Amino acid sequence: MKTPILLELSEITKTFPGVKANNDISFSIKPGEIHALLGENGAGKSTLVKIIYGIMQPDHGQMFFGEKLYKPSEPFEARANGIGMVFQHFSLFEALTVAENIELGINKEAASKDLNRQISEISETYGLPVDPIQRIGSLSVGECQRVEVVRCLLQKPRLLIMDEPTSVLTPQESHLLFQTLTKLSQDGCSILYISHKLEEIRMLCERATVLRDGKVVAQCSPREESARSLAKMMIGSNLKTPQPSKPAFGEKRLSVNGLSINSTNPLGTSLCNLVFEVRAGEILGIAGVAGNGQTELFEVLSGERTVDKNMVQLDHRLVGHEGPTKRRELGMCCIPEERVGHAVVPDMSLWENCILSARTRQKLERNGFLNIPASHNFAEKIVENFNVKTPSVKRDVRSLSGGNLQKFIVGREMLQNPRILVIMQPTWGVDAAAAADIHFALNELAETGTAILTISQDLDELIAISNSFAVISEGRLSEPRPTINVTIEEIGLLMGKTSHFEKNEQNDPP
Amino acid sequence: MIRLEARNQTSRTLLFWSPILAVGITVIAGTIMFALLGKAPIRAIAIIFLEPLGDIFSIAEIVVKATPLILIAVGLSFGFKAGIWNIGAEGQFTIGALSGGSVALALYQIDGAWVLPLMCLAGAVGGMLWAAIPAFLKTRYNANEILVSLMLTYVAVLLLSALVHGPLKDPDGMNFPESRIFHDAATLPILIEGTRAHVGFVTAIVAVAISWLVLSRHIFGYQIKVLGQSQRAARFGGFNEKHVTWICLMISGGLAGLAGLFEAAGPVGQLVPALPVGYGFTAIIVAFLGRLNPLGILLGGFVMALTYIGGESAQIELNLPSAVTGVFQGMLLFFLLGIDVLANYKIRMTQPLSRKLSE
Repeated sequence: MKTPILLELSEITKTFPGVKANNDISFSIKPGEIHALLGENGAGKSTLVKIIYGIMQPDHGQMFFGEKLYKPSEPFEARANGIGMVFQHFSLFEALTVAENIELGINKEAASKDLNRQISEISETYGLPVDPIQRIGSLSVGECQRVEVVRCLLQKPRLLIMDEPTSVLTPQESHLLFQTLTKLSQDGCSILYISHKLEEIRMLCERATVLRDGKVVAQCSPREESARSLAKMMIGSNLKTPQPSKPAFGEKRLSVNGLSINSTNPLGTSLCNLVFEVRAGEILGIAGVAGNGQTELFEVLSGERTVDKNMVQLDHRLVGHEGPTKRRELGMCCIPEERVGHAVVPDMSLWENCILSARTRQKLERNGFLNIPASHNFAEKIVENFNVKTPSVKRDVRSLSGGNLQKFIVGREMLQNPRILVIMQPTWGVDAAAAADIHFALNELAETGTAILTISQDLDELIAISNSFAVISEGRLSEPRPTINVTIEEIGLLMGKTSHFEKNEQNDPP
Repeated sequence: MIRLEARNQTSRTLLFWSPILAVGITVIAGTIMFALLGKAPIRAIAIIFLEPLGDIFSIAEIVVKATPLILIAVGLSFGFKAGIWNIGAEGQFTIGALSGGSVALALYQIDGAWVLPLMCLAGAVGGMLWAAIPAFLKTRYNANEILVSLMLTYVAVLLLSALVHGPLKDPDGMNFPESRIFHDAATLPILIEGTRAHVGFVTAIVAVAISWLVLSRHIFGYQIKVLGQSQRAARFGGFNEKHVTWICLMISGGLAGLAGLFEAAGPVGQLVPALPVGYGFTAIIVAFLGRLNPLGILLGGFVMALTYIGGESAQIELNLPSAVTGVFQGMLLFFLLGIDVLANYKIRMTQPLSRKLSE
């Protein structure tokens, strides 16, 4: 007998300029199963669920829902078909009550008069305690998620998509959610569960589809796999052999001493007692899945967020409390992950963007006035040395392509002869030739004695260029060690680790 | 359904020409409006837009109106560029007139070349203090400067009225709610004999020149530009958002206060409850008409002043209601903003969702 299939994907392909986000993806979900979609950031998970939920349309391929051809052009149609989705970022109005929010978000037919009773019923059946008359603004993140789940369940979905649901939850809340999901699946609702947390998937899911670089690389039953083997599928084993690290480095340039901060953003990550140092000539690589504290760490290092004086040290000076300008003066240059709108202002020219971060070290400012000729010269020097393709430095930065823009930004910081360089995602979205140029330039800079800290999600890259290696996960940093001693399995485990038990000890609510 | 869809590339040409285009469309819409009202449209337009340029007296009146508009708009452009929306220039204008005017009244009949500069200083400081309230509330408690500055306008206008009805009332004024008429040493020198055009205009030109220099050549202008486009890039660059907020509000408050004092010590010559006539609000239109560029604002100030004078002539010669000036100013801003939207978006007709589903 043929097993019934709820949703079937057949050869789904979606291309964005420069990247194939989904490449010939086929898999199926059975009724009542909890199906995991596993993959690193950028593996194509989000694109795929957006296609299923009707936010995007595939370039090729077909979907079948309950054996019928399914081709949603709007999320509305997905909902009408019985597909619900809980996003990582909630769409709730803070000033309205739970019931009002739910009423707004569901199709009219489903919003009957006794909505409050329905909400209470669902929340009892599935162990989702929510109070219909409370205002969203007064709820915790976990409670907001429950509201979103209830909203989906009211429409009696046959498939529920959950996008990294536990990334915003405390361990206790995650546990409650798992119970709900299990109950749901017993009642016949299928769940597509997106995550990169391996332990969770092993506990919860019956089947898993693993994506890497937009392709399905494995289908497995996670309960029969180890976290280690799952990590290997997710990351792949095509990592290059690490280069031998240089035996000796110079004096200590950057040290971070017991850095702990609370995230100001509810979806951010708090940092917990980070300790590391970077010496002259050393390249320290910090790996980790996005959203584990990298952004927060960068902001502390660049000086955009100031912290206690003692937490950051440049050479012999304690600079935790100093802003970006002072740190640049002392020889620290930083390259953020976000290029447009963080590293550069898109509607300003190349030479104007030089002033943003190079005005102190390159003297592009004289008695408060802009030194326009010097800025032009510096911009031209970057264009020449880093092979940036642009007709003129008077062009707006937004006219540069991704790779050229990154070369410009990297050049702007490197040509300032930094003593310390912090660089995030050095080659994200950059073509292979440009990536090789940037790697070469980083190595060269290290050889002249600059201390370099690289934060990246690209393991190949980190292993290829860094001498020392550490992994950041949930705001904690593993102890840095020489890259040559690190194995892929270890990295995978450190990256996908769920440190629930450690966390429980400290974060238990009173 | 009509939908606006973002253009991939902003139409720079459209953006550059939009003020001129807006003036053109306003003239056309005005013609239609006059025709519907049963007035000779061409003649009405000529009276509003051309006739005031014919004689020296009208031109001087245009200068009188343009002076406060330009001063205030130049000040506002700093904040607007940085995304700080001071909507309460009218209130800062009123407080500037009140504080500078109070100095004049306190020094009544005292002569000296220092009287007028002292009044100017008091006027500017008064405007700055009034703008300091939204600045403090914004930087300290993240209060919305649009609401705070706007509401303070009404407080300022009522304060002026209360004081002119009370302590500042002319003792020999037969109980009219007016202050004494300022003595000569406290009155602005006239530029052109026989008209009301005063030296405040020279100050406005100087303000335009300095602002141009600061905005295009100084690091502060650079900070404003970066902050207006991306707060995150500004933080990365090491710029302090709070400092910029304070300075922008001090510049706009100070210049609005100065404009208020000029109005009191120039064409009006005393403090009266009706001193604030809306220059602070009209200057917002001027700032955008001039593309937030000081030189553009200089031009925009003249165009706007022209609609004031032209509107007055239209009232006198064609028996049109006084609202005609407001209608023209409103149309101008409306068309300007409309064209700006079209420079960034294009219009697309789409099918309603329900029809699509039933197909």
